[in-house]
Amino acid sequence: MITVAVSSAADLQELTEALMLAGALATPVEAGDADGEWGVALVDLRSEPLQQLREARRISEDIGCPVMVVITSTQTTLLEHERWIADFINEPIDTLELRLRVSRLAGHEEGIQSVEYKSLELNLATYQATIDAKPIDLTYMEYELLRYFIEHQGRVWSREQLLQKVWGYDYFGGARTVDVHVRRLRSKLGEERASWITTVRSVGYRFG
Amino acid sequence: MDKQAEYVLRTVEERGIRFVRLWFTDVQGFLKSVSISPAELETAFDEGMTFDGSAIDGYARVQEADMLAVPDPASFQILPWRPEQQVARMFCDIVTPDGEPFEGDPRYVLRRNLQRAADLGFSFYVGPELEYFYFKSSKGKPKVLDQGGYFDLTPLDVAQEYRRTTINALEQLGIPVEYSHHEVAPSQHEIDLRYTDALTMADNVMTFRLAVKEVAIEHGIYATFMPKPLEAHDGSGFHMHLSLFEGDRNAFYEAGADNGLSKVAEGFIAGILKHAPELTAITNQWVNSYKRLVKGFEAPIYTFWARNNQSALIRVPTVKRGKASSTRIEYRAPDSACNPYLAFSVLLAAGLAGIENNYELPAEVSNNIFEMTTAERKALGVGRLPATLDHALDAMEASELMADALGEHMFSWFLRNKRKEWDKFQNHVSEFELERYLPIL
Repeated sequence: MITVAVSSAADLQELTEALMLAGALATPVEAGDADGEWGVALVDLRSEPLQQLREARRISEDIGCPVMVVITSTQTTLLEHERWIADFINEPIDTLELRLRVSRLAGHEEGIQSVEYKSLELNLATYQATIDAKPIDLTYMEYELLRYFIEHQGRVWSREQLLQKVWGYDYFGGARTVDVHVRRLRSKLGEERASWITTVRSVGYRFG
Repeated sequence: MDKQAEYVLRTVEERGIRFVRLWFTDVQGFLKSVSISPAELETAFDEGMTFDGSAIDGYARVQEADMLAVPDPASFQILPWRPEQQVARMFCDIVTPDGEPFEGDPRYVLRRNLQRAADLGFSFYVGPELEYFYFKSSKGKPKVLDQGGYFDLTPLDVAQEYRRTTINALEQLGIPVEYSHHEVAPSQHEIDLRYTDALTMADNVMTFRLAVKEVAIEHGIYATFMPKPLEAHDGSGFHMHLSLFEGDRNAFYEAGADNGLSKVAEGFIAGILKHAPELTAITNQWVNSYKRLVKGFEAPIYTFWARNNQSALIRVPTVKRGKASSTRIEYRAPDSACNPYLAFSVLLAAGLAGIENNYELPAEVSNNIFEMTTAERKALGVGRLPATLDHALDAMEASELMADALGEHMFSWFLRNKRKEWDKFQNHVSEFELERYLPIL
């Protein structure tokens, strides 16, 4: 069961029903109330889009899960510069589409066997990574970091956030560990793909 | 079963791995390996693999022979050489049958010292420069492969191909290489690794030494990390670039401070300078190590620091603008044949002692230290590293800091073992003595 945090300012009833039909569990949240493990956050931009966008960004920073927004077909331009938004869905909401999109974003939930980015594929059941179907050797932490990146494309993550989300425990290496792993990943992805992970000066890293 | 272990089990299955080597390191820094089949892997994670500790120097006395090697799944790596065999390795922590960490395990000693740093809010990073020689074989007088010089790119450098193969292997093992070049001495090479946290780096150095030797064997030659194989040429150093971080901030850097060095960095340098003679037995652990620490070969002898002085024991490299995070100090005494787990442990312990007890940083020495008299050096507060292994052992034995950093078990075993080595050497009558004394006495 995928858990979805729904911005409580949204039209809750409609979204909760749609999510239920899509096999996900919706819970209303306020920004600043980041308790719980969420697979995806869903924010409705159809009314008061700018205020909701601010809300969505706060939720995304608090919870750190991928954010999906609901928009009308005329609102697509809103998203042009909002790269941190992982996905969007147009109204009228189609249940099957919603299910697919939510479960893709939530990634590791059941039913999702692999995540992909261009020629790179991570098989979540066997933990194997391949590029053009050729296996690459990763350590567990390299694999986990890469998976996190692929599942949260286009967002900038600080080292501290990655340490918390991917390592999740006190580690001797400190936040520099992230740099070391990124360097190793780039080296294993190969020269022409190393740029998939971009360093954002004095902030952190972005994938894709 | 934690996720890391599960990851390893799945990977072994998916990739058709036929052997898993469990690696650990003995007190003197030799890599030991126990090979297991994939079927035994789950047991190894759950209970550890029993091995006979008495077969390994320092690991057990005869009556407490059994030890357990517990693989660290984070260090799982498929080995790039002999790919047809599909072999992987993991580094292990050694525990006693009661499940207690074994005090004679160098990896545990380093973990303990890193924990002490972590309690003070620091994580410890190391970037190494490792030198070694290629010879035609390990037998008899060393025969060099070429007469290349520093950064030499002539056809003389026949070993370039071996070095390139080695670097490829290291990259495949997830050990990024920063630079590599031919050294001043004939047939001598240097490979510098990208800095990382000290525990990973100690594992990496062990892997590095094996990779260099493996690639040499494949080419029918011999690679050695012996500190000083050729009397007339430089020995093989293992310069260590050290830094402390607090979170993701370099704790050695302070904008606008003298030399760009923070109070933390100054304390760390002062700590290492003060305790350098006591820890030299660990960073330079062989009789032959002291043949490298002599005048005229760019190796440090005196305990002082400087920014640009190739004979300094501690050099503070100039940091490029905007590269604050690469602020570091370079400790130049160790040689390539030391035990990296123990060397990093004692340097960290000495540095932390300097920070915690507010040692005063002596002034930088910029003039030529070799032209001074002993009295002049003394006036500057400059001491000397031990000149022989037995002097180094004396200094170590009198040091509380060393006993504390290594733990009683390791400390006393190391001293016992090395005293024996020194005694053996003392019994040896060398060519030098025969040539010099026989004709005239």
